[in-house]
Amino acid sequence: MEGTISQLRVTFASRELLGNLVLRELRGKYKGTSLGWLWSLLNPLASTVIFTVVFGAILRVTPTVGADGLQNYTLFLLCALLPWNYFSGVVNGGMGALLGNANLIKKTSFPRQLLVLAATASLFVTFLIEMAVLAVALLVFGANPLLWLLPTLLLMVVLAVFATGLGLMLSVANVYFRDSAHFVAIGLQVLFYATPVIYPITLVSDVSPDSLVARLHIDSLYFVNPLVHFVEAFRDMLYEHHLPGLGTVLVLLVSAAVSMWAGWSIFNRFSGRLAEEL
Amino acid sequence: MSDVAVEAVGVSKRFRLYHERNQSLKAAFMRGRRAKYDEFWALQDVDLSIPSGKTYGLIGHNGSGKSTMLKCLAGILVPDRGRTQVHGKVSALLELGAGFHPELSGRDNVYLNGSILGMSRKQIDRQFDEIVDFAGLETFIDTPVKNYSSGMYVRLGFSVAINVDPEILMVDEVLAVGDESFQRKCMEKFADFRAEGRTVVIVSHALGTMRSMCDEVAWLDHGKLKGVGRPEELVDEYVGASHEDRVEESATAEEEGPRHNRWGSGEVRITGAELVSDGRVTTKVPTGDEVAIRVHWEAAAPVVEPVFGIALHTLDGVHVTGPNTRDAELRTGTLHGTGWLDLRVPRLMLTPGTYELTAAVFDRSVVHAFDHREKILRFHVLPGTPRDHFGVISLGGAWDLRNESPAGDGGAGAVGRTGS
Repeated sequence: MEGTISQLRVTFASRELLGNLVLRELRGKYKGTSLGWLWSLLNPLASTVIFTVVFGAILRVTPTVGADGLQNYTLFLLCALLPWNYFSGVVNGGMGALLGNANLIKKTSFPRQLLVLAATASLFVTFLIEMAVLAVALLVFGANPLLWLLPTLLLMVVLAVFATGLGLMLSVANVYFRDSAHFVAIGLQVLFYATPVIYPITLVSDVSPDSLVARLHIDSLYFVNPLVHFVEAFRDMLYEHHLPGLGTVLVLLVSAAVSMWAGWSIFNRFSGRLAEEL
Repeated sequence: MSDVAVEAVGVSKRFRLYHERNQSLKAAFMRGRRAKYDEFWALQDVDLSIPSGKTYGLIGHNGSGKSTMLKCLAGILVPDRGRTQVHGKVSALLELGAGFHPELSGRDNVYLNGSILGMSRKQIDRQFDEIVDFAGLETFIDTPVKNYSSGMYVRLGFSVAINVDPEILMVDEVLAVGDESFQRKCMEKFADFRAEGRTVVIVSHALGTMRSMCDEVAWLDHGKLKGVGRPEELVDEYVGASHEDRVEESATAEEEGPRHNRWGSGEVRITGAELVSDGRVTTKVPTGDEVAIRVHWEAAAPVVEPVFGIALHTLDGVHVTGPNTRDAELRTGTLHGTGWLDLRVPRLMLTPGTYELTAAVFDRSVVHAFDHREKILRFHVLPGTPRDHFGVISLGGAWDLRNESPAGDGGAGAVGRTGS
């Protein structure tokens, strides 16, 4: 506990370095490309187009009806896809944060968690921009989200805490076991389909008791995944304009706290030997 | 500030040597744990107390643990046992420009690197011009560092690190960067550091520099502290000991080692060469000692007036000297049977190091080689008197300093003298 507090103090004291590391990530990411920053919007745009064509137009997934009678698959998708992209970005970024900076860790002394936090924070900046674009799109399509911006921002922070905890955990795991990255890649793929991003959650929650899903107890297992609740909360607020239930909010807060606590303790437990393990 | 700047108490550091660098989960499942490894103690129970305001050196051969020690002191490695304590702000120069982002400009990297080394933005703002000026990169500061030459890169790295304004500076073998003038600037900066009463901890193999820069050195050997003391004494002791190690190694190596180049028609053959000091055959001699270089010969049939010669080379191939009997106007007469020839050297004026002897015998015209044996003998010169250690030879001179027009009211001119 004492170690945690002193680590927190150290982290806070080096916030300026954190800022510089974030700037490094942001500036370095698209340096040398001719489109530069546009890439941070083009990538989600491309996946939006693909999912809209495949699931909206070809497979004809029916999106739920949102606020003010809004029923638009693309917007329905984006309300969940953007948080998902942020989550998977943090998990992947966290995994690479230590390995990618091996030289820095071996040759200089500074609080190592800053590298993971910088990866998280720089992605959060992109996340903010994407969400701002989405808000404009929602406004254009008649579902005025202005009242919901602040709660959404809070939810984004809770998601960031949740994802960063995992990122911290995986960053050290990947140093000690290099194939963590490959397991996580598979895990993320499974998780993507196990989260109602491209389809409405009603497809899972409203199954009849004798269906295959219910008989295999997939539906009860399904809701163990905290991301289901995160994504639904985003959709509740931005697409349907109502607050998520108190139970959901509790689940979100508890999973963020548990993830952060576990990530932080695991990271501090194993970060001492990073310089020699890298 | 306390009198001790850096303190290490009972520091031990263990490394894991993996048999196979295969950190896979599969391997972990198969064996029930992670890859097998051997333990290796890079440091064992080392105590150091580095006084503040002094320049302190760590010496030792490769693998002696000195860099590990420095990393423990700098907080990069965490010791397995014992503790380290640092009183004051540390800047460690283990690698210059570590953490530079190649795509970012020099300017951005100065800010980034500075903050990694613990400077605040305001501090960097204040010192930015000085940093750029010191590195001599005014015109390139907005160019991405990936376009820098390696010299520019390390110069900028050094310049940032040295301007961090640390109370304690830790340096690992990074003094030899840049060109002559940049090195001079670095040395001046170090001198300023010392004058300002900051603590400097250096790890280096450049023993000459260590000797002249350090106030105190610690000698690490296989992870253990072998001694702490004044640099002149300890560096000499270290040089002596490392040569002894090498003699033991080379004694075995020479027996099986590859034959060096040998050619000649064989009328007179060189059967061996050795160093004789005090009537005993040896391979190590201190500077300034009397020694004889002995060449053994053998002639199956009488040979008239052969010419013997030897050559001395340093290990990196510098030809130090090459005396022969003809230049010395020694008449060798007719040789038949076996015997030896001595070159008696009253004072061996070679500086400490390892040298190689080549011996040859020619016909009287010195055109035709009877026998030419390259590198027939390797020997070591140990520190002796004179204590010169730069270059290859010592002139054995004596210094004589005079002050011809004394300032003030008088007395005789000060005369400083150091004999050799």
